[in-house]
Amino acid sequence: MLLETAALTKRFGGVVALNAVDLAIAEGQVFGLIGPNGAGKTTLINLISGHFRADGGAIRFAGVDVTRLRPDQLARRGIARTFQSIRLFKGLTVLENVLVGRYVRSRSDALASLAPFRDAAATERERSRLLLERIGLAKRADALAGELAYGDQRRLEIARALAAEPRLLILDEPAAGMNPTESIALREMLRALAAEGITIILIEHDVRLVMGASERVAVLNFGRKIAEGTPAEIQADPAVREAYLGADDA
Amino acid sequence: MDDVRQFLDAYQTTIGFIGLNAMLALSVWLTLYTGQLTLGNAAFAGIAAYSSALLTIKAGFPFPLALLSGALLATIVSLPLGATVFRLRGVYLAIATLAFGEVVRVAILAIPITGRGQGLVGIPPLTELWHIFASLFVVAYVCARLRISSVGRAWAAIREDEIAAASQGIPVRRYQLAAFALGALIAGWAGALAAHFNFAIQPDEFGFARAVQILVFAVVGGIPNVFGPILGALLFTALPAVLQPLREYRDIFQGVILVLVIVFLPRGLATLLELRRTARLRTVGAEDVA
Repeated sequence: MLLETAALTKRFGGVVALNAVDLAIAEGQVFGLIGPNGAGKTTLINLISGHFRADGGAIRFAGVDVTRLRPDQLARRGIARTFQSIRLFKGLTVLENVLVGRYVRSRSDALASLAPFRDAAATERERSRLLLERIGLAKRADALAGELAYGDQRRLEIARALAAEPRLLILDEPAAGMNPTESIALREMLRALAAEGITIILIEHDVRLVMGASERVAVLNFGRKIAEGTPAEIQADPAVREAYLGADDA
Repeated sequence: MDDVRQFLDAYQTTIGFIGLNAMLALSVWLTLYTGQLTLGNAAFAGIAAYSSALLTIKAGFPFPLALLSGALLATIVSLPLGATVFRLRGVYLAIATLAFGEVVRVAILAIPITGRGQGLVGIPPLTELWHIFASLFVVAYVCARLRISSVGRAWAAIREDEIAAASQGIPVRRYQLAAFALGALIAGWAGALAAHFNFAIQPDEFGFARAVQILVFAVVGGIPNVFGPILGALLFTALPAVLQPLREYRDIFQGVILVLVIVFLPRGLATLLELRRTARLRTVGAEDVA
């Protein structure tokens, strides 16, 4: 298992946002995470990426206990993520955003950069351009990230996360604000990434996208995991239908 | 040639202070570029000015060694200070560093060897103009190269969004502290040079007013690149000399310039050099620290 959580718990004041959640995600899997608003999906990934501290339970990544690590330490170990409320470096260009994403993969060039007439970042820039081509943003490389259309901002955030060459990619509602065509393209991309061996946790409101892209799906409700299985099993689960699908899509 | 010599002699002090102020402006630029508002650099200059001057006067240190010792002392002080105050942000960080400046000023007033309120006099005037401008060149070069390196990109990322920067693997605190300590080193070097540029130094030269003045150089000049702070220091140091005949209205002129720049060029004078980006930024609404 690449990622395991055991009895993972998070409280905010008196509210238990996440209650003893066990997950086991295999390497190379696309793992869908669904649930109504406030079910604890974002809390869960904020714990996995180190942005929140767990109040109980443990997280293991690649066999090592990482429960107490900071976000930057987890990023160096190969966990990359996007944010539900897009967090790009808006005042930097599209290319610069991806270059920052290369941070964990590029050797520090602080001293090398002092040598005159040398562009220490030339290779990194080349790699970043290739990544932008793959994600379809090459033409906007020199635009400011804040100038991009909403869907493009989502894709740039994914590109920035991929630039770190992560083992685990966590996507928090990547299709929000995308039109149906973009959403289908996203699903294709997720499949391609999984084929390359990148493990993906996908949180998404677009049930069709989750069911179409994921191999396994877990359902959260009121901070508890109420079901887990293949997309077909989840769709047939009566508890899920009641808690989530029934109230929403059915 | 004679004209140049005459000009240099007549305006030696002003020209020297343009260079010294430009270095101080760059020292605060470093932290501003990472998105932190700190006001401790006048105090770092003061620590280095007093310690280096005392080393040359009382301990007979050679000039370069005294400069280096002063600047390093300022840097050493900056590390625990930075580690403590970077828990704070925004205006609280500014106030904490300002309080540190007051502590330094009061400490200078309390220690007899500094000459207290009368100031420290009899400092050998060893600083030549070329020392100042060679130092400025090195400082500006290092800052400019760092800005476009992976370090500068990490600083910019932290300024834009700390949480996103951390999620990309950037150790945010460490980078903030590095910018702060490097700023202290530069401010210290400038302060030590300044002490040996005159015969005397006084505690007030490194107090609150000075801290704000240094910030004004950087903010009016602009944060996007290293030319901004240099331009700001040049303008606000040369202006009082140029406006000598209008002595009584001098401060008003400076105030008007400050207001005009902040209203019409919120990212500073240096953005005149890159207007396109400024205009685009404004439509995005992504004004950064400046």
